[in-house]
Amino acid sequence: MAEKKWMPRWFYQLASPRWCYQITGKLLPIFAVAALILLVGGTAWALIYAPADYQQGNSFRIIYIHVPSAILAQSCYMMMAVAGAIGLIWKMKVADMVAKACAPIGASIAILALATGAIWGKPTWGAWWVWDARLTSMLILLFLYLGVIALNSAIESEQTAAQATAVLALVGLVNIPIIKYSVDWWNTLHQPATFTLTERPAMAMEMWLPLLVMVIGFYCFFAVVMMLRLRNEIIQRERRSSWVRELISG
Amino acid sequence: MTNHPAEKIAVRDLKVDGPFWGALKRDLLLSYRRKSDLINPLIFFLMVATLFPLGVSPDSVFLAEVAPGVVWVAALLATLLSMDSLFRSDFEDGTLEQLLLSPQPLFMVVLAKVLAHWMLTGLPLTLMAPLLGVMLFLPADGMSGLVLSLLLGTPTLSLVGAIGAALTVGLRKGGVLISLLVLPLYIPVLIFGTASIQAALTGLPVGGYMAILGAMLALGLIMAPLAISAALRISVSG
Repeated sequence: MAEKKWMPRWFYQLASPRWCYQITGKLLPIFAVAALILLVGGTAWALIYAPADYQQGNSFRIIYIHVPSAILAQSCYMMMAVAGAIGLIWKMKVADMVAKACAPIGASIAILALATGAIWGKPTWGAWWVWDARLTSMLILLFLYLGVIALNSAIESEQTAAQATAVLALVGLVNIPIIKYSVDWWNTLHQPATFTLTERPAMAMEMWLPLLVMVIGFYCFFAVVMMLRLRNEIIQRERRSSWVRELISG
Repeated sequence: MTNHPAEKIAVRDLKVDGPFWGALKRDLLLSYRRKSDLINPLIFFLMVATLFPLGVSPDSVFLAEVAPGVVWVAALLATLLSMDSLFRSDFEDGTLEQLLLSPQPLFMVVLAKVLAHWMLTGLPLTLMAPLLGVMLFLPADGMSGLVLSLLLGTPTLSLVGAIGAALTVGLRKGGVLISLLVLPLYIPVLIFGTASIQAALTGLPVGGYMAILGAMLALGLIMAPLAISAALRISVSG
């Protein structure tokens, strides 16, 4: 192909499962150590050293799990849809595998966000579940993830499954702002000002910094799990290629 | 999907002998010859609405309050139920493959098929909705909002549902899967559809809600056929 290359070199290299396997092998320990340090350090800082909230006492500390997981669940969907689009446009196998690896992680993180939200809601709002706009849109995000996983597992051919899920993820991506907007709007219509506590006071720096550490730690953790799943998927799909055989036998 | 010259949509495609009308006429004729498929979603619609007073409470005040939601949810489920058959028979007898191979723009053919589906489910559901409204003691003020919101909302349901139908057409058990894929995407239409009726009931202006439902329909009309076409190509080639 004499076509002019208009993407950087690494983008084309990413298309090679073998190269991707090697580079993730190098990156994996770095991210694993970073995730371990950030998560352990961040948790200790958040649970022991950060000051208690003047309204909610110590129960607010679940924010250090809840907020990072909620943020991560959303960016994971974004990543899945973008990877799916790359797979559709450039027919890049690795992108398909990334998209496939994202879905179960994103769904678990969304469940974590919902569960921590429920645990936090009990002492704060007095109920495990309220039809708050944010909770509802997170629940719908979980449904979108579950749809993607269900579709992917229902189609036998790997390539067709990857393409079909990519289309679904992209349709979901277009819909997420509409869903979010309509749920926000619906909530203000049905339940005006029930949860004044959701409007937290601006956070103090000593509370906010551990949160930042936890968010970065969650992203590193996501990268680790993602790469593990991706490597697994690469080995599984490329099992007939010579380099995988060498890897396994040697 | 491709830069195939035939994918460009021209005015001639909308002419009476063009692909749009051809596909529309074919689908309407086919379902006219299988009349039971036409009536089933309507019976389902009626039955779901009957279950609510039986299951919850026959109290007229209570029913009037939940009527907008019940009618909308029933319409949504009835649309979903009929969605699975949209491309299935065409897929099974090979017509779909011919449609994909034909030089006609798939966008228009798909749009025609969705329009035919709406004319055979969404439109009858909309026309039948006042009957359900009466059964559920919906006050007369809400009737116009009910019909108008369904008129604007059900085409969007058909368009979005067709994406799910196209993605699952190659699968043997697509029925339950479609609901999983499509129901979360239906939520905005449901929210604004029921809200418009509630606004009509309380005497508030409904123009804004109808505008949003119309905007969603406009977005669906241009975006959904692209996704449906892509999904059909994937399902048929896979």
